[in-house]
Amino acid sequence: MSVLTEQLNRAAAPIYKDATEFDLKLKPYEKYILDNGVEVYAVNAGTQEVMSLELVFNAGNWYEQQNNVAAATNFLIKNGTKNKNAFELTEHFDYYGSHLSRGCYNETSTIILHCIDRHFTKHLPVIAEMITDSIYPQQELDIYKQNMQQRLSVSLKKCDFLATRLIEEYLFGRNHPYGVYSNKEDYEALQQQQLQDFYKQYYTNGRCTIFAAGLLPADFVQHLNATIGQLPLNQKEIPSIIHPVTPAVEKKYRIANDVNGVQGAIRIAREFPNRHHPDFQPVQVLNSLFGGFFGSRLMSNIREDKGYTYGIHSYILNHIATSAWMVSTEAGRDVCEATIKEVYNEMEDLRNELVDAEELQLVKNYLIGTVLGDLDGPFHIIGRWKNLILNGLDENYFYSSVDTIKHITAKQVQELANKYLQPEDFYELVVV
Amino acid sequence: MINFERFVLSNGLKVLIHKDMATPMAVVNVLYDVGARDEDENRTGFAHLFEHLMFGGSINIPDYDEPLQQAGGENNAYTTNDLTNYYCQLPAENIETAFWLESDRMLSLAFDEKSLDVQRKVVSEEFKEHYLNKPYGDVWNKIREMAYKKHPYKWMTIGKELKHIEEAQLQDVKNFFFRHYTPSNAILVVAGNVETENVMRLAEKWFGPIPAGEKYVRQLPQEPKQTEARRLEITADVPLDAFYKVWHMASRLERGYYVTDLITDILGGGASSRLFQALVKEKKLFSSIDCSHFGSSDTGLLSIEGKLVKGVKMEDAEKAVNEEVEKMKTQLVDEKELQKVINKTESTILFEDMSVMSRANSLAYYELLGDAQLMNDELQKYESVTAQELMDESIRIFDERNSNTLYYLAKN
Repeated sequence: MSVLTEQLNRAAAPIYKDATEFDLKLKPYEKYILDNGVEVYAVNAGTQEVMSLELVFNAGNWYEQQNNVAAATNFLIKNGTKNKNAFELTEHFDYYGSHLSRGCYNETSTIILHCIDRHFTKHLPVIAEMITDSIYPQQELDIYKQNMQQRLSVSLKKCDFLATRLIEEYLFGRNHPYGVYSNKEDYEALQQQQLQDFYKQYYTNGRCTIFAAGLLPADFVQHLNATIGQLPLNQKEIPSIIHPVTPAVEKKYRIANDVNGVQGAIRIAREFPNRHHPDFQPVQVLNSLFGGFFGSRLMSNIREDKGYTYGIHSYILNHIATSAWMVSTEAGRDVCEATIKEVYNEMEDLRNELVDAEELQLVKNYLIGTVLGDLDGPFHIIGRWKNLILNGLDENYFYSSVDTIKHITAKQVQELANKYLQPEDFYELVVV
Repeated sequence: MINFERFVLSNGLKVLIHKDMATPMAVVNVLYDVGARDEDENRTGFAHLFEHLMFGGSINIPDYDEPLQQAGGENNAYTTNDLTNYYCQLPAENIETAFWLESDRMLSLAFDEKSLDVQRKVVSEEFKEHYLNKPYGDVWNKIREMAYKKHPYKWMTIGKELKHIEEAQLQDVKNFFFRHYTPSNAILVVAGNVETENVMRLAEKWFGPIPAGEKYVRQLPQEPKQTEARRLEITADVPLDAFYKVWHMASRLERGYYVTDLITDILGGGASSRLFQALVKEKKLFSSIDCSHFGSSDTGLLSIEGKLVKGVKMEDAEKAVNEEVEKMKTQLVDEKELQKVINKTESTILFEDMSVMSRANSLAYYELLGDAQLMNDELQKYESVTAQELMDESIRIFDERNSNTLYYLAKN
């Protein structure tokens, strides 16, 4: 091996370019407006003849009057129309190897199609049918209620599932869409009529925005317009609803769920403003340093030095109206309290000491590298755009965020730590 | 069609290059031909524990992650019963950093006692998080033990028991490294915005000088044909009864593998599949049901697993599953249903190949199987499967004597 070291100096890193020197460009979208006013954002790029089409509705749980109505309406939109039963609908997409999924969030809900380009036009009339003619058969609802209750009974055995529900309740209040969760009775209470009403208001006559990506077929806008563009969407304003946040008064919780549990789920969290607040972008850098990636302080200390956990992360929740800053981990039952102590120690360090130049540069390079890697391919690019647009932002936000990463100073980082990483502001929860 | 070039260094390291100039990034993927199947039965979980130690510093570089992050890169790794794969992605201009890091840890590790001590704990927590502290967490451990009597697939990648990980010694780590982490036992794939000549130069420069080491020759006990049905009942503190049944199936390169892959799609590939339609929607015996297979290199397992609707008897649930399986043996799958699962396969392949990282992973995997070019022939193999083959393969697999059934019962 001595020969080797003479030829090559393996101890010295090769020269590299700081990622902060790279020029980042977010590929622009093309925008179209369908006859009914539905906006279509499209990123036409890629190497394979495949595409995604995401229809985003303002139909999240923000708009429901009763727990779970939004989620059930979204889930069962694929389970029967006037002309096709649940099997026929699913079979229509499955036959072509296409995938139609749906998701329900707080402000929005989605219907997402992934398909090979050449099958795209066959699917559009069926998607249109699902938006106008879904009937919510009682039998489908019954199966849904039963299966969701069973699934819930399994989830409730998991300490991390329970911890996530509870911490969100403490932060936002049980009556807020961000803090609400379901019990068995909530599923039991679901009525067919509620789903049909919600569907009519928030899907058939609702507001929709479309995001498309991939190597898009030449005439894809014309096809969209001939189908989705002719539906009664975007004709009415959606009601403006304000949900007051009602955070818990008590800050510290220890919950026993399983006497034989070998790990505890830990959540430490505080409220945090949304993306429009000037601190949001610089805090992303502080968060990375704190617990946002594998090389973070929390990971280095609590996993790589102490071995208390398989992983520990901190992040800002992806909420539109208002947010929260969360630390999350599962740690050995006996080391939960020691883990919490170390989290506060890391906060203290960030408050009291300037981060050294090398560590800050590392975090910056890492973050820029991640953005660069994240812009790989049309699906990732449209994902970035969707996030901006749904949060009422534009490309300036993207570029200012890159700029913040490149130019933030150690002093600014420390000031933010002093402003936000104060233990008394944090909720603290362990579920064993 | 995924293009690639290939050359072999004099120490036996295979190097594959896949160019994609549309991305500013490069991916460096190093696959080692070692997995949990290469472990000693009394020291299981080692291949995976070892994967963790590969980040604990190499002979000349105290820390792997930091320099990579400085160069704007990120990385990860995974271990299966068959292989261990390390991959990183970084701006293409900084690619030499990845060569430097990967070659040094192929040369030798630091073998640091503290790193071993910490990673033993980390992996123990991983074991607890995924296999002990979760309802049904021990299922696959039990099933592997029941289905495999000789082949090392009888333990999970994470290991058979926590104790094996807790007792790992530094000498075991060294032995494992020098036996398996040699150039001739590895495949390097470099993909993305890269030039062939530059990759060849860097590969020679950084990996070329690493001693070839001794080629590890795998000699695993093969699993004898199972000749009678095996059954097991467990009662545990879970909310729902769950049903599991597995059958031995073909190995990865046999034609039967492709046929079986389609069988699992017909039975359990989503909401329009047979099991879901018949047993969840029509008969309402299960609240969820799935059919899949392990995708392993040596002869694998096809599995059907489901959670029963409260109040349904396990025997009735099993009978209904057996009826669906029986249909596969006695009735030809019609043209349309066959076409459907082939279409699904085409779509899955196209979507998988979208990211450079995934293409690099796949090239390494198919090269491990024998030839990276296999990756480009996959769809054709699926397209040539006939309904008669589906029936013949079903008859071979769904033989009660070839089955292993687990009733996982809820206490109370």
